[in-house]
Amino acid sequence: MRRVPDTATRIKISPDGKSVVTSDTEFVINPYEEYALEQGVQLKEKHGGEVTVLTLGPEKSTSVILKALALGADKGIHLKTENFPDDPSAIARAIAAELKTAEFDVLLFGKKGVDDDNQQVGPMVAELLGIPCVTQIVKLDISAGKALAHREVEGGIIVVEATLPSAFTAEKDLTVPRYASLRELVAARKKPILVKEPQQFPGALEIVSVQYPPPRPPGRVLGKGVEAVPLLVKVLHEEAKVI
Amino acid sequence: MHGPILVFAESSGSEFRKSAFESVTEARRLADLSKTEVHALSIGHGVKAQSSSLGKFGADKVSIADDESLKLFHPDLFRQIALDLAKKINPSVILLPATSTGKDLAPRLAIHLNTVVATECTDLEVSANDLIATRPAYAGKVLLKVKIRGTPKIATLRPNVFTAKERVPATSPSVESLSFEKPSTRMRVKEFVTSAAKKQDLTEARVIVSGGRGMGGPENYKILEELASVMGGVVGASRASVDAGWRPHSDQVGQTGRTVSPTLYIACGISGAIQHRVGMINSKVIVAINRDPEAPIFGFADYGIVGDVFEVVPALTREMRRYYGKS
Repeated sequence: MRRVPDTATRIKISPDGKSVVTSDTEFVINPYEEYALEQGVQLKEKHGGEVTVLTLGPEKSTSVILKALALGADKGIHLKTENFPDDPSAIARAIAAELKTAEFDVLLFGKKGVDDDNQQVGPMVAELLGIPCVTQIVKLDISAGKALAHREVEGGIIVVEATLPSAFTAEKDLTVPRYASLRELVAARKKPILVKEPQQFPGALEIVSVQYPPPRPPGRVLGKGVEAVPLLVKVLHEEAKVI
Repeated sequence: MHGPILVFAESSGSEFRKSAFESVTEARRLADLSKTEVHALSIGHGVKAQSSSLGKFGADKVSIADDESLKLFHPDLFRQIALDLAKKINPSVILLPATSTGKDLAPRLAIHLNTVVATECTDLEVSANDLIATRPAYAGKVLLKVKIRGTPKIATLRPNVFTAKERVPATSPSVESLSFEKPSTRMRVKEFVTSAAKKQDLTEARVIVSGGRGMGGPENYKILEELASVMGGVVGASRASVDAGWRPHSDQVGQTGRTVSPTLYIACGISGAIQHRVGMINSKVIVAINRDPEAPIFGFADYGIVGDVFEVVPALTREMRRYYGKS
């Protein structure tokens, strides 16, 4: 689970042009991991068992662990580090090292972090652990040691059966996350969080620069209502040359 | 950069995807810059007959794994075939389309090859033996230039951004069939279920007609379907209309949906919130139809009409029908 800036926030680039400023940003649980967490809690409600949330990140990530505990997770693992390489392969290796000895049936990830959009950690961890991984799932059913997952792909759905233990990455349609009640937020503080340092791995991805995308030149309003339609068709053909 | 450029030429059924040709074209460009060759890999079923068509876009060599079991993307099988080939030819760069298949396969290869992926690149340049990749982050609110230390460098290319260009004269690639041993797997890929009616995916569409909260309800998307159908396009949706349950998530354009770059994007009843904007800002031309003249969408659309979508869209459909009828 990853702590990321809320999708409604604007992103500011730091003066050195190599990173983004996050000091006054509002942070949330990565949305794709909220869908994954809700799936985990629903599986627990249906089949029993226990939900553990794991996050690798700085001290401040405690807030998203507490939120997850309020949303139905039973315990947290915080691989606490203030300066871990922002590299999906290094993160995947640290998570896999932590999970190597863990016992679990289902390992859920978000499809990607909405911050760096790298979209790699889930399948990398699964490959390192040698377990199946079905990415971008919108539906998951578990029965008799097997999972039936629906992957959303271009133009449709691919249905995949996987033997447990297995990993999955959540697409938006997987679940509708619940809200935590005040009582649950208070109770979350009593749930256990194991804090430890992650194993360190070097990263291979280097950021050379961060830039804003070039602005779009201002457009123009052609007119009001139905009367403007013929002009629109004309400019799309003659000026923009797209039809 | 030493070593060939390995490019995954993705197919769907017995046809190569458009993004396969885009990737091969880009691989050719990089190979010319670093004086190496393009080695294309095709994995699928029934694509064999067309494999030499990759020569049109600049492939020097084509390796094909063609088998009934490869008809649909199977992560373990595809990963094994691609990994075996990569270990044999030691590529300097591996390119894949940033499709659902490419984005699943790339990180699996990367972790086994001790490297990492530059995801959804929109531009690549070769500079002093390094590959510099431009890629959007925060859904495109910023652009990163990244490089990967070590070899191979793996990049996935955003569909519809790189242009597929046929070479004259076409190269005639050497074609090799790969024999592969099915690895042990605990995944069974059962079937592909086509979504009703949708012919084209949003990320590959030339024209997208998108509807937002201003559409008022699911039944009203019919007028957008009509316009899209006349223009050979597909219908997209804003997050508000997906969250309201009016449209499936696969239609959503924006930060938690698809990022699209069609030639023409027509936004109907969409205000233009930042999370939507980042998903469609790279469209070639943006048209906005909205009742509210103050809507943020008019700030970045190329052309706007202030008006009721229920009047303007049907009128536009009639006008487009007349236009296409004539030409």
